[in-house]
Amino acid sequence: MLKLREKIQQSEVWKSIFRHNYQDTNRNRALQIVDNVFLHLHPIRISRHATNIGFTWGMGGITFLLFIVLTITGVILMFYYRPAAEYAYDDMKYLMNDVAFGPLIRNMHRWGAHAMVITVMLHMFRVFLTGSYKPPRQFNWVVGVILLVLTLLLSFTGYLLPWAQLAIWAVTVGTNMARATPLLGHEGPFGPQLGMRIDNDVRFVLLGGTQVGPPTLLRFYVGHCIFLPLIAAVFMAVHFWRIRKDGGISGPTTNGKD
Amino acid sequence: MENSNAPNPAGVPSAPSTEPQIQKPAPVPAKAAPPIKKPKQDRPPEDDQGIWRISRRNFFSIAGWAAFFVFIATSTVGALRMMFPRILYEPPSAFKAGFPEDFIIGEVSEKYKDEFRVWIVRESEGFYALSAICTHLGCTPRWLASDNKFKCPCHGSGFRMSGINFEGPAPRPLERLKISMADDGELLIDRAIKFRFEDGDWVKPECYLKYS
Repeated sequence: MLKLREKIQQSEVWKSIFRHNYQDTNRNRALQIVDNVFLHLHPIRISRHATNIGFTWGMGGITFLLFIVLTITGVILMFYYRPAAEYAYDDMKYLMNDVAFGPLIRNMHRWGAHAMVITVMLHMFRVFLTGSYKPPRQFNWVVGVILLVLTLLLSFTGYLLPWAQLAIWAVTVGTNMARATPLLGHEGPFGPQLGMRIDNDVRFVLLGGTQVGPPTLLRFYVGHCIFLPLIAAVFMAVHFWRIRKDGGISGPTTNGKD
Repeated sequence: MENSNAPNPAGVPSAPSTEPQIQKPAPVPAKAAPPIKKPKQDRPPEDDQGIWRISRRNFFSIAGWAAFFVFIATSTVGALRMMFPRILYEPPSAFKAGFPEDFIIGEVSEKYKDEFRVWIVRESEGFYALSAICTHLGCTPRWLASDNKFKCPCHGSGFRMSGINFEGPAPRPLERLKISMADDGELLIDRAIKFRFEDGDWVKPECYLKYS
């Protein structure tokens, strides 16, 4: 048995996939991280304070974990959901009542989405309290604010998809605020002067019409499933990259120690 | 290697066998004509206007970039324009609402609320049409006949039968809509033409159809 194991581990196939064994040397441990596409985002070395949960709360990491959970459960939900006004509500009901493990997946998506908004807020709160927005991390704070907005937009677009009364009226109320957009809304400051009407302003583009209707459902669906996650992924890559480039996770002042 | 004797721009033969000739032919053109400053590889020649000197090569370069940016710009404009639909599958703004005799004096008709979001109120002197869009954030209020008021389920705004707001967060009265009599004697309502109480529009004749 040991011989077989050794034979497999010495084979070209095995060695081409796994370059490093479990040798407990600093060099080998570093190589294991650097040579793995999934782990290489993580820095090779972190300072002692970065593992202090009491300081970081781990909120950024939890947010990222939730994003992954939401991506996976969202893709599963897409197998049963059709973004057309005739089907959307029934498909949601079907998921909740007849699909095996449908309620589990949908509720994971639903509660995960709520949780993600909360963890993003808490992450931002922590970064603010620890002053981690200060130089050299100003730009990453800006990226973080963009990610916050994207999270809220993802939450808002997902809210419409059940196509229930609550969803339709919540989005009606939400998008009615877009009427008052300065310059780009037909009821906002300088909007009418710039030729904005109900059928050509920013709300019209958002809804695909003058009221919440089937085109709105399709637009929000595409935005929720394709456009916004893609943009968020790009900004997340920048966000994580900049954490390392700006000196790693911020920590308490060490006065030169550690 | 065959045509190594052919002159090349630098006047330097490329084959090492003709190396002795390097010194001799080089000064010859200098005597025949005034020296031409040859650009060195790492420095642009003097008085070179860069891309703005339209040589044949630069012309094609500029034309290529222009075509590229024109394409990008057109695609962007097209993609943005595409987000504005030309045709809306929404109910038309103007609609016929039946004959005046179908309405009962002193009652609010919700017959056209589901499709057109309009209430038609019949008074003893005539008709007016109210837009069933809450002036707070755009939900559809409900007519509560027993309370004699419109009540919005979203945030609790209340309106009198006239459309005047009296409770809840709504900042202004409901809007009245253009109402007239069509040629065939049916009521004709145009939702695109609105009359706002706070603008003093409600005294205008188009928002009230006299009928008795």
